[in-house]
Amino acid sequence: MSATPILQLDKVDKFFNDVVAVERVTLDIAEGEFFTIVGPSGSGKTTLIRMLVGMDKPTNGDILLRGERINDVPANQRPTCMVFQSLALFPHMSVGENVAYPLKCRGLDKAARRKRAEECMLLAHLPTDYYDRPVTKCSGGERQRVALARALAFDPDILFFDEPLSALDYKLKKLLEKELKDIQRETGKTFIYITHSLEEAMVMSDRIGVMNMGRMVQIGAPRDIYRAPKNRFVSEFMGEVNVLPVKAEAGQLRCESLDTLFKVPPGKEAIDGTLVVRPEDMRFVNGAEPENGVVAGEGFNEYLLGSRIQYQVRAGEMTFLVEKQRDSAPPEVQSKLTFSPENSMLFAE
Amino acid sequence: MTEALDMVVPVPQTKSQGIALIKLLPAGFWAALPILALLILGFLAPLLMVLLFSFMPRGSFSPFGIPTLENYIDIFTQKFYISFGWSLFLAAISTFLLMIVSYPLAVAIKKAAPKRALILTLLIVAPLFVAENIRLQGWVFFLDKAGVLDGSVKHMTGFEIGSLVTNVPAIVFGIVYIYLPFMLFPMIMGLANVPPDVKEAAADMGATKWQMFRDIELPLAAPGILIGSLLCFVISLGAFSESKFLGKGVLVTIAQDIESAFTFGQNWPRGSALSVLVILLAGSAVFLAMRKIDLEKMLGRSQ
Repeated sequence: MSATPILQLDKVDKFFNDVVAVERVTLDIAEGEFFTIVGPSGSGKTTLIRMLVGMDKPTNGDILLRGERINDVPANQRPTCMVFQSLALFPHMSVGENVAYPLKCRGLDKAARRKRAEECMLLAHLPTDYYDRPVTKCSGGERQRVALARALAFDPDILFFDEPLSALDYKLKKLLEKELKDIQRETGKTFIYITHSLEEAMVMSDRIGVMNMGRMVQIGAPRDIYRAPKNRFVSEFMGEVNVLPVKAEAGQLRCESLDTLFKVPPGKEAIDGTLVVRPEDMRFVNGAEPENGVVAGEGFNEYLLGSRIQYQVRAGEMTFLVEKQRDSAPPEVQSKLTFSPENSMLFAE
Repeated sequence: MTEALDMVVPVPQTKSQGIALIKLLPAGFWAALPILALLILGFLAPLLMVLLFSFMPRGSFSPFGIPTLENYIDIFTQKFYISFGWSLFLAAISTFLLMIVSYPLAVAIKKAAPKRALILTLLIVAPLFVAENIRLQGWVFFLDKAGVLDGSVKHMTGFEIGSLVTNVPAIVFGIVYIYLPFMLFPMIMGLANVPPDVKEAAADMGATKWQMFRDIELPLAAPGILIGSLLCFVISLGAFSESKFLGKGVLVTIAQDIESAFTFGQNWPRGSALSVLVILLAGSAVFLAMRKIDLEKMLGRSQ
């Protein structure tokens, strides 16, 4: 990574009439980084990427590419390129014509185009004998590779991805996620990827930016976002979590509906808010004296989640989720739950 | 399709012969029967009559005489090819001009917000409610010597434009004006086949506006443009009123020749022979266009 960021966003806003789509997003992206913007639908991530690519202009703020303001530079004059959610392949062209199109626009001769296009096809794991195949005859996964090869042929400074994998089946998606990461490492290019799946973001990214309601809520390495979510939204966006409304009471936290006292997570002060605990951090109490408050409930459901088992435990009006490794011994009692204070997260919301 | 329709046909328990006959053929056939009968009576039968008449001796009023080729020979010896030539020329140049005039309009309507597009569409369709002849005569009043245009300009500036009708460009103008919707609407449909994100992707790949038009928009919209062109070419081949009103006899189209053969000339076999040639010409244009261009492939649906 070089010292100067390849892309900088400075307080970027985008309004559509009165609707705020993106609000005060400030962000630096380093050269060669795999950066993922993740957020639920309507969080403004697509609007943001459209501005970065040059298909929309920001209402306020600046977008800088290698230090130069590019707010008003149209998409076809930017050294960046996007893989669309719909892939936007040219349906009347063959695989090779699709991949070679950016080179054709640049005026390369036919032989040079073919040579370069075939290199990019190989990089995207497409056999070169697909060159003359109509793109309409390709499978879903092959089309993904065509779109990627076409973007690579453009040889952009930054490659953008707008949820291109969302329509694929799970297995293919996992395979392509890993391939994409490998290609990014191999080419050393800056990739900016948007998705609504934090799981997808975790697999590929060097850093993740979580968006909600037009704002960039948290930016950090996948590990940091997982370990230390900045607020309740981020913690809940990670997946299924247990949420306990609590009130501060004598340096501890009381959950009124459970009538139980919990310890404050280390380094935090007791406040009114919510305590969030991941299902894998919950555990059943069997025998040993618990170090924290105990939730008394009744186990009523088990789900097999591949390598893990999820238990559902009802306590009063609340339902707790507990996850264990599949090969671990089944709990003797499925009624008493606890968690370590260091595994719980306290938010003021 | 027919399978689904089969299930709709009620199958009563009685084993009457009538039911058995109905069941013998698929339901689709029975459903198509009324339109089939209409087409045979209203389309195929007159066509066959024309074909028969074209081989009858000159001036004959019966389709069952001794067949002869004299009408076809007359077409070439009596210089009917001149009116054929004019009609072909008018159809070709009008179709070409229609393409150029309609394209920007189609793009604009495609781009406009739904409400505005509807208003624009209505404005273009509205003239169709007025008979073609009346509209053409309106243009004559407007463009002729001492007409609205000439009169107003003369009154205001003293300069005389004179008559703008009675010439070939006026006829071409009339054809383009009358047949605009027939080019425009297929063209809009063709443009609807160009996904906006595909165009955006091309722009993102560095394509200039011209490259985008040539490489993406035009090939993807081609089926619509082709259908519109075919429609315009075939109907303007039979154009008639435009040369009559705006041309005022400066040239004779083949449709006028056919009309006068049937009416004034009282020579049905000659009119029929001319008609057969027009049908062959139009038919082969459609056939060639449809064979040369693979619509399915253009629409990206080939499998």
